Amino acid sequence: MVTAQLKPSLIVIQLSGGNDAMNTVVPYTNGIYHDSRRAIHLTEHNVIDLNGTLGLNPSMGPMKSLWDAGKLAIVQGVGYPQPNRSHFRSMDIWHTAESDHIADSGWLGRTIRELDPEAKNVITGINFGRGLPRALHAKGVPVASVGNLETYGLMPDIADRMTREMAVDVFARMYGPDDTRDAMLQTISETGMGAYLGADILRTAPAQYSSSIEYEGVPIAQSLRDISQVLLADVGTRVFYTQHGGYDTHAGELENHAKLWHELSTAVNDFIADLEEHGRGDDAVVMIFSEFGRRIQDNGSGTDHGSGGVAFVLGNPVKGGFYGEYPSLDPSEQLEGDMKFNNDFRGIYATVLDQWMGINPQEILNKNYEQFDMIRR
Amino acid sequence: MASNDVKLMAHLMRRAGFGASRGRLDELVEQGYDETVENLLSAIDRPTRMTDNLIRRYHPEYSGMMGNQSPSGNWMYRMVSTDAPLREKVGLMWHGMFATGYSKLANGKVLHDQIRMFERHGMGSFKNLLMELSRDPAMIVWLDNSENHNGSVNENYGRELLELFSMGVGNYTEHDVKEAARAFTGWTIGNTEYMTLKSARDSVWPYGRLSFHFEYKEDDHDNGEKEFLGHKGNLNGEDIVDIICDQPATAAFLSRHMYSFFVADEPPVPEWPYKEPRDPEAIAALSKVYFDSDYNVEEMLRFLFKSDFFKSEQARYQRVKSPAELVAGVLRLTGEFNRPKVDMNPTNLQSTYMGQWLLNPPSVEGWHWGTEWIDSGALVERVNFASERLGNIESPGVQTLIDRILSDSNGGLNAEDLVERALDELSVADISEKTRSALVEFAKTQVNQLDSGNAGPEQVANVLKLVGATPEFQRA
Repeated sequence: MVTAQLKPSLIVIQLSGGNDAMNTVVPYTNGIYHDSRRAIHLTEHNVIDLNGTLGLNPSMGPMKSLWDAGKLAIVQGVGYPQPNRSHFRSMDIWHTAESDHIADSGWLGRTIRELDPEAKNVITGINFGRGLPRALHAKGVPVASVGNLETYGLMPDIADRMTREMAVDVFARMYGPDDTRDAMLQTISETGMGAYLGADILRTAPAQYSSSIEYEGVPIAQSLRDISQVLLADVGTRVFYTQHGGYDTHAGELENHAKLWHELSTAVNDFIADLEEHGRGDDAVVMIFSEFGRRIQDNGSGTDHGSGGVAFVLGNPVKGGFYGEYPSLDPSEQLEGDMKFNNDFRGIYATVLDQWMGINPQEILNKNYEQFDMIRR
Repeated sequence: MASNDVKLMAHLMRRAGFGASRGRLDELVEQGYDETVENLLSAIDRPTRMTDNLIRRYHPEYSGMMGNQSPSGNWMYRMVSTDAPLREKVGLMWHGMFATGYSKLANGKVLHDQIRMFERHGMGSFKNLLMELSRDPAMIVWLDNSENHNGSVNENYGRELLELFSMGVGNYTEHDVKEAARAFTGWTIGNTEYMTLKSARDSVWPYGRLSFHFEYKEDDHDNGEKEFLGHKGNLNGEDIVDIICDQPATAAFLSRHMYSFFVADEPPVPEWPYKEPRDPEAIAALSKVYFDSDYNVEEMLRFLFKSDFFKSEQARYQRVKSPAELVAGVLRLTGEFNRPKVDMNPTNLQSTYMGQWLLNPPSVEGWHWGTEWIDSGALVERVNFASERLGNIESPGVQTLIDRILSDSNGGLNAEDLVERALDELSVADISEKTRSALVEFAKTQVNQLDSGNAGPEQVANVLKLVGATPEFQRA
């Protein structure tokens, strides 16, 4: 049960391009794995063993620390019925939580609406990065999108304080509600209003922050540092989103995939340590997903688009361990050359919404999905 | 204020170019609409500015051959300074549709070459363009056709050629994807391993990257029987492109892209199978021109710009400016880059901050356009950039704007007139009462600061600045 003083926050990290589940959580004792991945297989000599049959990619050392601390849940065989191998469409399905038809809002957009129905706080949800992902989009729900927390604000070039205040005031009037505007201008002005209100609040976060954690210079680490700053500033943000790109490893996979997971594992581990340092480790759950897994058979130097994948949920409130079955690699069990999904990804959404955020998942997902017993209560 | 002719010309120039100053619009109206369309279609870049070989010598940082900033900075400079804006605009359309990115290539020169290829071939035959694209070294590496071998098929290019570059999902089967990929086996770049090693190892300085070059390897091509969209035979890449171009789905897909890019924002591509076009008749008419003209892009554009659906009031301001369009449009007005300057690259980064990193799209799907450009972070960047630049009294273009506004003021401008003139100069013709009254109120405070109660240069600049911050300025 979520207690009164706890402020459950959700941090979602999107791995763009289709993370190769099989080289992330490696079935290293399985002969079919080695036969299928002649060019890019990992062996018992380099994987980080988890249970004698599965091991993490060698670059995921920091994730292993979270695993050992019992804070890392690995959800296996994640996907949805009739998998789509287009980046676009598959990501859209994950974003909207709708696999049968095109939905016009994202699951986190709906979540933010549920958390703050009257949009009283324009920074209940924040995207860290450029370009708002569809997951956070919902009509009338303001979501701040912050490229760089340090410089966020309106017309900072105006040196004279009075003039700037006046200009920003004019901005607020121009972007205020106006029924005579068409849908496009309506969207633009609503977004502008959200930006105006959010900017002032966010400006305070970096100034209050100090930490002994030194994040790496790569963008994913910087984004997680920004998230930490806002979370620790207690400005009412509950949903945080960021992306890590480059997972479309059709070629040169061994090297590229390892580099990505080194960056991500290090950043996530630093983030959790940062929250711990400030006594806030119990307030955050991190979820990591990608739009699909990749083909079982490699293509000589990488892997093509597949379906069944892996997702991670981590943090102090999470009961670490494996969830779901690793899909069988037996050719008769494969789906057009892919791992067959056996866990609907919406089961993870439902788990996190219900057990962590305290939201009725049916309100957000329009359907009941089986949950995992994953969050400590 | 602006006549209907001027408003229509401004519409044309916002869409077929990056906007035009009010003075230029008057000249173009004098010349006539159809004549202007013809000039846009036939224009080749006459470098009144510094030419590429001189840029290469004096500005290697944006000669197009260095790291990731160089080719996109070079392109932005071309957009800002060209006399053939439609050519760059069409290049932007193809770059969005055939999105290729630095993140994987680590070679600015091949991306630079790809954009120049769009400029050379982008307004000719679509079939020829798809052939050029299939041979384009940046594309080959980007979508791994260099890893597509006889007996070990990599279907990345085959799939995206069908899904994103020509027909759209739902018009072919998984089998067609595999067969298309087989047909493109052996289409690769020369000396792959050496090129890859060089990219990984060598510094770009002082000469930049070498280009990759296309090579067809007959001995790596799958000469077996294939079946693609009902056609059987030992099909090669050329045959696949032939068959694709002859499909009504291709005509409709391309027409919808052109409509969305030049007339009015369509929803993002993934929604197309489920949502009717805004104007199905326009798509049908463009598709007919596509077939009648033997897939000629220039003919499609000519038809489009002269059509009623384009000229209609209904199409005005129905596109959200992409970040690159917004940045190029503002810089053309301010005249800061009438010659190359070292701060081109950092200035071009503004487009990245707004969500469009030229030559480095988020994925092969390119960018989502329309209101999806406008999230709060991006909007803050857009407003901050446009308002800062348009209010900078040091810029030669802003000085011209101020002079023009003050010169026909007959010795004094009241707040209402000042706002009207600023909107007119910045091609913002359609503005809501809400925005106008807020601007007028602001203009009053500016004018009142002067004893005379009339506007001077700084007050004009401040109003221009705020026009750059309006919701309406975000649209093209």
